[in-house]
Amino acid sequence: MAISDILKICYLLGSLSFIVGLKMLSRPDSAKRGNLFAAFGMTVAIIGTVLFHENVNHATGEVSRIGNLPYIFGAIAIGTITGYLSAMKVKMTAMPQMVSLFNGMGGACAALISLVEMDTHHPQEFGLRFIIFLGLMIGTVSFTGSMIAFGKLEEKIKDYGSKIQQVINNLLVFAILGLIIYIAQGDATTDPLIWVVFAASAVYGILFVMPIGGADMPVVISLLNSFTGIAAALGGFMYDNQVMLTGGILVGSAGTILTILMCKAMNRSLWNVVSGAFSASGASGKSTEGLSISEINVTDAAILCAYSQRVTIVPGYGLAVAQAQHTCHEFEKVLEQKGVEVTYAVHPVAGRMPGHMNVLLAEADVPYPKLKEMDEVNPQLPNTDVVIVIGANDVVNPAAETDPSSPIYGMPIIKANTAKNVIVMKRSMGKGYAGIENELFYDKKTRMLFGDAKVSLEKLITELKSA
Amino acid sequence: MILLSEFQGFLTSLDIWDICFILLLAIFLGIEVISNVPAILHTPLMSGANAIHGVVIIGSIIVMGHTAPDNYFALTLGFLAVVLGTLNVVGGFVVTNRMLQMFKKKKQ
Repeated sequence: MAISDILKICYLLGSLSFIVGLKMLSRPDSAKRGNLFAAFGMTVAIIGTVLFHENVNHATGEVSRIGNLPYIFGAIAIGTITGYLSAMKVKMTAMPQMVSLFNGMGGACAALISLVEMDTHHPQEFGLRFIIFLGLMIGTVSFTGSMIAFGKLEEKIKDYGSKIQQVINNLLVFAILGLIIYIAQGDATTDPLIWVVFAASAVYGILFVMPIGGADMPVVISLLNSFTGIAAALGGFMYDNQVMLTGGILVGSAGTILTILMCKAMNRSLWNVVSGAFSASGASGKSTEGLSISEINVTDAAILCAYSQRVTIVPGYGLAVAQAQHTCHEFEKVLEQKGVEVTYAVHPVAGRMPGHMNVLLAEADVPYPKLKEMDEVNPQLPNTDVVIVIGANDVVNPAAETDPSSPIYGMPIIKANTAKNVIVMKRSMGKGYAGIENELFYDKKTRMLFGDAKVSLEKLITELKSA
Repeated sequence: MILLSEFQGFLTSLDIWDICFILLLAIFLGIEVISNVPAILHTPLMSGANAIHGVVIIGSIIVMGHTAPDNYFALTLGFLAVVLGTLNVVGGFVVTNRMLQMFKKKKQ
């Protein structure tokens, strides 16, 4: 068997593991094995490339193997150690940022490949040059875009956008594409223009993500994820490399569908998200001036819960920020001991990514059957004695159903306002991630319990235990 | 249309039909795999897909492996590319594994 056949078998195994791995990842019982399987396939493909890849020089017929091995192994070692340590160290609440960061790394890798390929081989064919430049553009956009998304999730970068910027953004895309087509037709003398493509794409990536509201970052990350997939697939085109093609396209199409699913969960179109309409609209919903809120103290809240039959907890990102998921689980156990039926109502976009809240609650050992999805929970709410909203805001905002002028109008919500009593745990009267007022807080049935979610829950537990 | 014929020539050399089949099948597979996913797995799945596009590292190894040992510019960028690609792969799979570990722990 020729060496190139062994490599093909490695790539076949790699592609197979990606497909089967992704499929297994989409079922709870097999997800973990699916991930390991895909990682195994990736290892096989990488080792196969290092050992068996051959480059045939079409002019001389000379066959060359992978060289510069010390550098390659050194780079892999650095990447492995850094990647492993940072992935192990990151807190579960910061997971979306981490995914964004790693996605950016992949995009940058794709962009660098294009730069080096141009520098070393100066290809002349239009098709090849076009693919290289396109890979550079998509990879770079994915890189700078992911970095901005990372900054926004870390809350270090603010939203910024204007109508003019939308126009500039669109013009910039066409300008870059035009330039790519122009230099793809040219010869080596136009090669330096690749740096212009690089710089313009970097700027575009930044401008693309800047106006998009922080709450929409998961959608953006998912979109940039599929961009990187496409950049990887273009690399596959470039080298006629099957495993890069299948892996890249698989992620490209799966990522696109996932992005659309996320938009659907928020009842918005992808275009609506991408154009930054959410944050730029400036709408803040109905004015709540003149309405008053009523507070509740810890003792009364504890009594209210203890004498209830059914309590539903609506967790939001505030719970995650306060690192209160473990305390929340303990609170739930104490209530159960008192004979109260406790469930969690998890909104599909609670947290910072779909399913993020489930991961966080799973981390705190909350039993899976206690986590109810929105559609399951809403019909039960009128029979629920107390709904406790912990650090959630927009996902329980009734304006989504009643106020057509609200930016979140049409988004499915957990109808907390239909329950008999509502306790809202919040740090302050600040607005939610969407930056709009929430009428629920001014509802007659609602009592506010201000303070850090973790501290409040601890106090509630002490109160319940002593009662 | 010299341009177009050049492009076609290039594609034929890559065995365009094979690539089209791969493209078609991979796109449908991607859609198929995602469409029935429960919401709780969206984040791990996205993270897993993120790790899989780290396959781009293979491109960086190829380009690095065929760079002349005295082309320091290309070597530096190639080195960086391999580091970043590895970060994507290793970080991606480890993060996904950590997320999924949490689901498993509670089943016991």
